[in-house]
Formats: sequence, structure tokens, C-alpha cells
Amino acid sequence: MSGVRLLVGTKKGAFILTSDGKRKQWTVDGPHFGGWELYHLKGSPADPNRIYASQSSSWFGQVIQRSDDGGKTWNPPGTKPEDLMGADGMPKGESNMFVYDASAETGQPLTTHQHYDGSQRPWEFKRVWHLEPSLTDPDTVYAGVEDAAIFKSTDGGKTWLELAGLRGAKGPLWQPGAGGMCLHTILLNCGQPDRMFVAISAAGAFRSDDAGRTWKPVNKGLVSKYELPDPDAEVGHCVHCITMHPARPNVLFMQKHWNVLRSDDGGASWREISGNLPSDFGFPIAVHAHEPNTVYVVPIKSDSEHYPPEGKLRVYRSKVGGNEWEALTKGLPQQNCYVNILRDAMVVDQLDPCGIYFGTTGGQVYGSADGGDSWTPIVRDLPAVLSVEMQTLL
Amino acid sequence: MIRVVLPQHLRILARVNGEVELDVTGSVTIDSALDLLETRYPMLRGTIRDHVTKCRRPFIRFFACERDLSHVAMDTPLPEAVVTGTEPLLIVGAMAGG
Repeated sequence: MSGVRLLVGTKKGAFILTSDGKRKQWTVDGPHFGGWELYHLKGSPADPNRIYASQSSSWFGQVIQRSDDGGKTWNPPGTKPEDLMGADGMPKGESNMFVYDASAETGQPLTTHQHYDGSQRPWEFKRVWHLEPSLTDPDTVYAGVEDAAIFKSTDGGKTWLELAGLRGAKGPLWQPGAGGMCLHTILLNCGQPDRMFVAISAAGAFRSDDAGRTWKPVNKGLVSKYELPDPDAEVGHCVHCITMHPARPNVLFMQKHWNVLRSDDGGASWREISGNLPSDFGFPIAVHAHEPNTVYVVPIKSDSEHYPPEGKLRVYRSKVGGNEWEALTKGLPQQNCYVNILRDAMVVDQLDPCGIYFGTTGGQVYGSADGGDSWTPIVRDLPAVLSVEMQTLL
Repeated sequence: MIRVVLPQHLRILARVNGEVELDVTGSVTIDSALDLLETRYPMLRGTIRDHVTKCRRPFIRFFACERDLSHVAMDTPLPEAVVTGTEPLLIVGAMAGG
């Protein structure tokens, strides 16, 4: 019997929502790590029992947690008793040690980056925004962090090394978005194992074709008329989220600060596909699991009014790859709704029909088992939802 | 033996109940107490002080014997009452850290 497991990160803990393939009845497990911010949790595609979680707080900083039993039990990698009895006999406790690589051999000089007002500030690690497990190896996982950088672990999260070439892609010109200067999106693809995409607020999208060693900005076609002195600058754009369908890795969809865009050439160029959306500001963007041209966004009124236009919570779906959008409203509140949906808080499952899910800053998690035609609240009163990820259990 | 009281979230992370007791010899400072604490509970590394600089995290405070030790040098000897175990070293999350 197939089933689904939703991994929900919130401002005050993590929750695991499970259902069978019908996706009608759900069980809610949590809070895990109560009182901590869970920016992101994600399961390994190579081993669904392996889940990584980013746990952080203003008091105590960053902690990485790992489950090897599908979320039943958790440990910071490298601190279980068997880890402490390693060959060197010494506990490491380095799973939360993210140190920028400024070495001459593999690193990049630790320069400054732009602050909000254009002044320069030093790079300083703050938290892990996004964890992206390898598609093939449960022990390999990437971390997107604030201040923006990408780290890689090949030992199940026990230790991390920065892929510092990314900061070499005009890092001193990057600047923080409202949430901080965060690397929030990491895209991998089985068919092109050396190719990776990342997105940073506010720096833009970047591509590597050598497994993360070197990177180049891929922002041609992005226009930030009121956010940048040079509206079509090579870097500096506030990209909120990018996504792709695994069967069509050269086609990317982007939700930018303002504008929804599409690339058909692996990020080399972008064109706007906002079309008839009521607002083209928003955070998440998702692609249907079985229809690579079906795209979902959640329009938000503006950059300062982080709630749906007209107080109506509407997911918009395009079945033709953009420009022509339809509002999906059945089961969603259509009055007095002023929540936000953050960039990592919308996801699809792999079942047929495709399910789609999103969480709100009001603590609701909504799900649709019919590709967005109708919605039901799975749970209504969680802390503010920061992220939603899905595991399809076949 | 010194006694250390951790904030609730770090007790959960370290999986301890109540106070932590650490066997120490010689001069005891905040640094040496934290060295021992982190060796025994490696999951606490980086949560009280920075991994690399060893500086106290901004929203962490150290109290002992009704004194605020948050801003004394980390290599300052702890009060005798802490060294003898009469009084605990309190590691506290600042009131406004959440």
C-alpha cells in the first residue's frame, strides 16, 4: 500500500503528517524539537528512512538532526554512542560546524558582501535554510545556508565542507533579502549528476556543471526595476524559488520577488510567464509530478503586504507552462485570509493523481489529492509553517 | 566536581535530567568547564559558544553565586563555591533570545 509522509518545519518545532495513498485520513506526529525553529526537513530519495532536519534558535544556534527510521527517532549526526567509539576515540560534535572555506587549496577569500544599504559586511554563518539530500547516496547531503553559501557532507551530516567556488561568482555584490542573505534552493538531477542549480536571496540563480566546484550566475532575462540600480544586473536579483521537473531538467520555473519566469535552456535565459496572475509577487513554485508543463504558484499581494490579494487564498495553476493561469479555490478560504506561504512550503507528491500540499504562516497545512482541483486542511493550528516536504512511500 | 545547570532545550538536546556533574581538577574556568561539558556531550558544541572562536553566543549568559559572569574573561577562575560544588554554574538562555 502506498502512502505519503509530509515533513513540516515550523517556528516552534517539526511535525510529521502521514496518510495512506488515498490521502483522506492523516495522523499528526509532533512537535519534534519543540521550541526550536525548523527551517527545513527533507528525506533521502535513496533511502526514505533517512531524513535530515535543520534545527536552530536565536539562543543556541544551529543543530543538524538526522533520523534513520523515518522520523521516529533523531540524533545529531556523529553523537550517537557508536559514533563516540570511533577509531580516534574522540567525539567530534561537528555536525553543526559550518565554516567558510578560505583555504588557498579549495576555498575562496572570505570577502565582504553588500548589506541592505549597499555598505559592506563580513560573511557570517547564521543558519541552514535548506537541506538537499543526494538523489543516489543517503550519506551525501547539501546544505544551503545564511550568509549565502552551499556546504556538502558525504558522511551523513557528521561534517561539512563548503563548495566555496559559489562565493567566487560575484559574492561581494550579493545582498540580503528581507529574510537574510540565504541560499534557499538546491536543484539536483539524476540525468546530469554534475549539474546543480542554486538560488539566493538576493543574488539570483547560479549553475554548476562540475558538481559544485565552479559556478556561474544564470540570471539573463531577470529584471528588478525597483530593487537594483541596474535592473538587469548579472547578480543581485531576489529569486524566491526555482523548480524543475526531473524528466525535463533544462526547463526551469522561477518565482522571483516580483515576476514568475521560465527558462528553456538550463537557466541561460529567462522569460516572464506571469500572464494573467492577480499579482506576480510570491514565494513558492512547484511542478506537477506527471505533467511537466503544469505549474503552481501562490500569488501574494506585494513585497510589503505578505498576504493573498483580496484576502482570498488562491493557488494558481498553469497547465501550459505559464502565462495562462487558473485560480484553484475549492476548499480554500475566500475571505479574510491574510497568511503567507513561504518559499519552501509547497510541494507535490508522486502518486497518481498527483497530490499537492502547502503550509501557511497561520499554521494551516492544506492538501489536495487531485492536482489542486480541491483542497482540505490537514491540520489547522500549527505554529507558523516554514517548510513542507513530501516523501512518497511506495 | 562542579555542577552545571543547562537550559531546558540543551538538557533535551544532551538527553540529561537535572544538573550535570563534571569532575575537574586544578583551576576551573568557564572555558575549562565548557571544554569538559562539550567533550562529554558533543551535541552541545556550537550551542553555547562558537565552534571556532570559542566566544559565548550572544543570547547565552553565565550566572553563579548570584553574580553575572557573562562578561568576565572566559579564563577567569570560577568562584570557589562553584569549584567545590556548593553552588552550580548556571548556563542560561537570555530572556529575549527566542
